[in-house]
Amino acid sequence: MRELRSGPGRLLVVDDNKVNRLLLTRNLELQGHSVASAENGRVALELLRREAFDLLLLDMEMPEMDGFQVLEQLAGDRQLRDLPVIVTSSLEGVENVVRCIELGAEDYLSKPVNPGLLKARIGTSLEKKRLRDQQKELMRRFATPEVEQDLQTSGFSLGGKLVHAAVMFSDIRGFTSLAESQPPEETIELLNTYYELMFDAISGHGGIVTLMMGDGLMSVFGAPVPLVDHGESAVRAAQEMVELVDLFNVERTAAGKAPIRIGIGIASGEMVAGYTGTNKRATYTCIGDTVNLAARLETHTKVAQRVILIDEATRSSLSERIAVEPLGPVPLKGKAVAVEIFAVDPGQR
Amino acid sequence: MSAPAIDAATFNALKETTGAEFVLELVDTFLQEAPAMLEDLRGALAAKDADKFRRIAHTLKSNSNTFGALTLGAMARELELSSASKVSEGDAKPVDALAGEFSRVAAALTALRHA
Repeated sequence: MRELRSGPGRLLVVDDNKVNRLLLTRNLELQGHSVASAENGRVALELLRREAFDLLLLDMEMPEMDGFQVLEQLAGDRQLRDLPVIVTSSLEGVENVVRCIELGAEDYLSKPVNPGLLKARIGTSLEKKRLRDQQKELMRRFATPEVEQDLQTSGFSLGGKLVHAAVMFSDIRGFTSLAESQPPEETIELLNTYYELMFDAISGHGGIVTLMMGDGLMSVFGAPVPLVDHGESAVRAAQEMVELVDLFNVERTAAGKAPIRIGIGIASGEMVAGYTGTNKRATYTCIGDTVNLAARLETHTKVAQRVILIDEATRSSLSERIAVEPLGPVPLKGKAVAVEIFAVDPGQR
Repeated sequence: MSAPAIDAATFNALKETTGAEFVLELVDTFLQEAPAMLEDLRGALAAKDADKFRRIAHTLKSNSNTFGALTLGAMARELELSSASKVSEGDAKPVDALAGEFSRVAAALTALRHA
């Protein structure tokens, strides 16, 4: 169990009056914090945009740029909007205090500030900030930046919406036998390197990985953030994945290890995208025929002996620079009629 | 005025929590800055700048209360709250009274400083 009390933080004190600034800074330093100060809102914002702070202690009545303006600017700044702000002021009128809180201030302390109260409020604020940072860090690790952004702007709610996007499934051919033939540590190491390479290629082309299963990856191009050319982006990502695996194989061969081969299936069209699961555990995913088709195409790469297979909708969205080879209508599991499929030349970039 | 210029309990608490040496520095800062604030207050009155008048009175109020200059703080607060009418009246008397109380506070703080 970690300790709840938050450690010292890096704080910024903003007050136009030198006596107030010195006094507050002194009190905070005595409490073990590292403190910087600014004499008005403009200087404070400059500092905030240059250095990282854990907490802002803000006076309201200031020339040049007052506290209300600072709060407004912070609320509109993606980098700074989560910075906790404690207003330290002797503003007259409860409506001014209400306005501070409405503008996003976390707390209000009237001047002269009582050191004991100051300590308690700052401890709470820093602790909250730490938890928020931890949450964001977790989000960064488990969700994609796009999903994180989507969650931050529109909030979390289970349920999906119809989107136009491209879905890609990829996996390592013969991975099970490969995994059985080497020590588990080596398999984990292989997977980590492989994931890193694949993630780079996918996110580099605007895609997000929505699912990781063993050696298999599902990724989406065009959701939650729409992409104009989602089909082509997915195909270009696939080509880069193949190229990266080729480079990786040069290394593996040199180290006396067996090369790996991958298969990729891509389909484009309408699908439902959103958060599924429960309120306790949820994931961003896409569902629909297009998704099933992409999965089938990936499986079919083994039969077709091709690295990248795409559907008609994806092909028709491609520019002429990408060479594709029609493989004709192919019966796929779960499909009543045969599906036109195309192989993308992995070398054409 | 019979009330002491500086409330001893407030001043001692300040000394206790922030350190005697620091309080000296803080007193010096206040004694240096306050005369200019009083000047600015007169200037704002003459220029009929109610917002500036209110802001300066506000700062004087908060500084005064910090040192336990409770009478000065209360007078500054009165000016802050009635800034609009004070400025439209343009009467310098309340500011003179404030300056007079400040002299008393400055003398008391200087005495405490050397105590």
